[in-house]
Amino acid sequence: MSDFPDTPLLDQLEDGPWPSFVTDLKRLAQTKAAVGQLLGQLEKSYGNRWNYWTGTVLNLKGYGGGVLARYSDIGEEFPQVAQFHTVRVIEPPGYVYSTDALRELCDISEEHSSGILQLHGMTGDILMLGSDNESTHAAGEALMNKGWDIGGSGGAMRTLSCCIGPARCEMSCYDTLGLTKFLTDTFISELHRPEFPYKFKFKLSGCANDCANSMMRSDMPIIGTWRDNIKIDQDEVTRFAKVHGEQFVSDNVAGRCPTRCISYGGGVLEIDDDNCVHCMHCINVMHSALRPGDDRGVTLLIGGKRSLKIGDMFSSLLVPFMKMNTQEDWDELVALVRRIWEFWTEYALEHERVGEFIDRISMTSFLDGIGLEADPRMVSEPRANSYIKFEEYSTGRMHGEPHKKPNVVDREVIGPEGDG
Amino acid sequence: MAAPELAPRDNGAPDYKKYLHPAMARNYGRWRDHALVRPGVYKHIAEDGEELYTVRAGSPRMLSVNKIREICDVADRFCEGHLRFTTRNNIEFLLTNADDVEPLIDAIENQLKMPVGGTGHSISNIIHTQGWLHCNLPGTDASGAVKAIMDVLFEEFRTDNLPQRLKLSSSCCQINCGAHADISVILQHHHPPKPDYERITQCELPKVVGICPVAAIRPAKKKGRDSVEVVEEKCMYCGACHGQCPGLEIRDADTDTLAIWVGGKSANTRSGPSFMRLATFGLPNNPPRWPEVSDAVRRIVDAWKDGAQPFERVGEWIERIGWKNFFDATGFEFTKYHIDSYRFARTTFNTSSQARR
Repeated sequence: MSDFPDTPLLDQLEDGPWPSFVTDLKRLAQTKAAVGQLLGQLEKSYGNRWNYWTGTVLNLKGYGGGVLARYSDIGEEFPQVAQFHTVRVIEPPGYVYSTDALRELCDISEEHSSGILQLHGMTGDILMLGSDNESTHAAGEALMNKGWDIGGSGGAMRTLSCCIGPARCEMSCYDTLGLTKFLTDTFISELHRPEFPYKFKFKLSGCANDCANSMMRSDMPIIGTWRDNIKIDQDEVTRFAKVHGEQFVSDNVAGRCPTRCISYGGGVLEIDDDNCVHCMHCINVMHSALRPGDDRGVTLLIGGKRSLKIGDMFSSLLVPFMKMNTQEDWDELVALVRRIWEFWTEYALEHERVGEFIDRISMTSFLDGIGLEADPRMVSEPRANSYIKFEEYSTGRMHGEPHKKPNVVDREVIGPEGDG
Repeated sequence: MAAPELAPRDNGAPDYKKYLHPAMARNYGRWRDHALVRPGVYKHIAEDGEELYTVRAGSPRMLSVNKIREICDVADRFCEGHLRFTTRNNIEFLLTNADDVEPLIDAIENQLKMPVGGTGHSISNIIHTQGWLHCNLPGTDASGAVKAIMDVLFEEFRTDNLPQRLKLSSSCCQINCGAHADISVILQHHHPPKPDYERITQCELPKVVGICPVAAIRPAKKKGRDSVEVVEEKCMYCGACHGQCPGLEIRDADTDTLAIWVGGKSANTRSGPSFMRLATFGLPNNPPRWPEVSDAVRRIVDAWKDGAQPFERVGEWIERIGWKNFFDATGFEFTKYHIDSYRFARTTFNTSSQARR
């Protein structure tokens, strides 16, 4: 094509065995002139080690999030990418697709956007790149007419993401896909309309392996677990030891258990389940012999986030075990999330993630605020400092004043959805 | 002109049940076991004995509609029209006919030109941020750096004889949209933001002041107008303000560098989740292939392969051998900049007399 820009730097990314996005986009540029200009601008970034996008806000009617608007700082040079926005599309839970669904996204992308899709963004969503101020609306309407939905930017709930769960994994302890869909649909307004102090992310993993990568990347990781005993098939233990050797079982199964709750001798493997922390290591290694128990549910954690702005934060344990099998279980989770959001939204500072909020007000106040009791599993160890304000010894309480919790707890908790 | 008719709102998440491979739908919640058939190929076995094969392919994440349609053609031919993606941007082709596995691999590698691998104890695909291609804040690119690094680690993607799985991530600025990983490449700024007082007038000033984690931004009159000023001694160059206000430019093409972080882990297995820690810094931001970054990553991978015991992730290996031995093994210099100086710094000090020789 005559007006395709020279890209000597990007061309160097066409060499080598890993698939090259440059090669792919160059081919797309033959039918989508904007993609050629996109590569032209990117080439300029590579040459000058400088970025040429300014971000702003563009909303579809009825939505407060879901579009990342980008304007080129050098739009006179590359007019076809002067406006080059991304639509954030909610992905199917578990990232499962039919080819029909993918082709539908391709058709919409080709008609209304640049023909570039990213599968998937760091949040888990489908990114449809390259629509302008007009066509972004057309892309959004086309997506929604076909049943897709968008959302998740600004001070809003983010698109959820989850592992493949029971769809293809024997280790999954709850229905990650089902719960992801339920939470997305239940909280769809929070996903579309930014009303929080800042973003809130859920990520759902069926077990402690955390294939959804939730622990420091979501405000509320939901991790599958169990509370009865690990199921042991001793015949399979024997078979495993025959293949790998008894020493391997001692060193790499029993020996790598973080609480040393596995003993292996005389060809028999035993587990002290009271000391098991459900970390999954032994099950990962001997998956034919060991399985999670039958009394399954989830562990809820709270407060994880990446660096912006006070530094990285782990999530910490909030609810050690919660059943997650029935609609009632799911509704109970929704009620707890509503209590957290009410308390956080009421008292948090602007741009304060829930983990930062907890750090500022203390976990004790947070538990009071959302109506949860303290549990030793919430901490790795009790406090070491002795400066404690026992509220039972406050002057008011000594004179018979009742214990006051933050008023959010007294409000009627919003129950199952759908009844307003 | 009449207002355009709006499509339905609040559709919610797509109905995954329509998209499940038929064998997934049949055996939902009834899987018994799995086996790694060869690098890149899993076999999952249901309670009733049905078998589902998964062939995993590495993808650049950013795909043209042309490429996606080709991928769909392959999935239509071998997978009853169903496939999925992983958290780390791999594509998983799903099929029940064992005889089709090899022809499918052939189609993926030779028609789609995508590598099969990334399973078990291999190096899986890099999860990464957006970079110069489409972000408004990046100091570097992600797609290009990922391509260059995966070229170097290609064999480790296609094979699975490492001590344990190894996960990589990259981030284009210090906001760090990327994830914690065994090895992570992150851009590093070296100066306070440079105010552009014209552009600052477009920003919500209270939010700009409020977002600074070290209270280094305060309201000030500039050129007779309400604006902000930066207390340079307090600023730690995080760039939080830049995300809030484009008038506070944190990037500098001449001085931004890249740092490499090691030992991050999200899984709760064994030692539990861990943050990654600084390994080395000051690598040049050197497009289009960032060779210094690939060399440093390679060095860490080789030292880990050499020294780790079975099942030890990078962080667990370092935990066992100690950081002194990590710096000896990789040849990276330990400097005063490796000692934390921010919140929780004391939790990273050695508060015992225990020291390796």
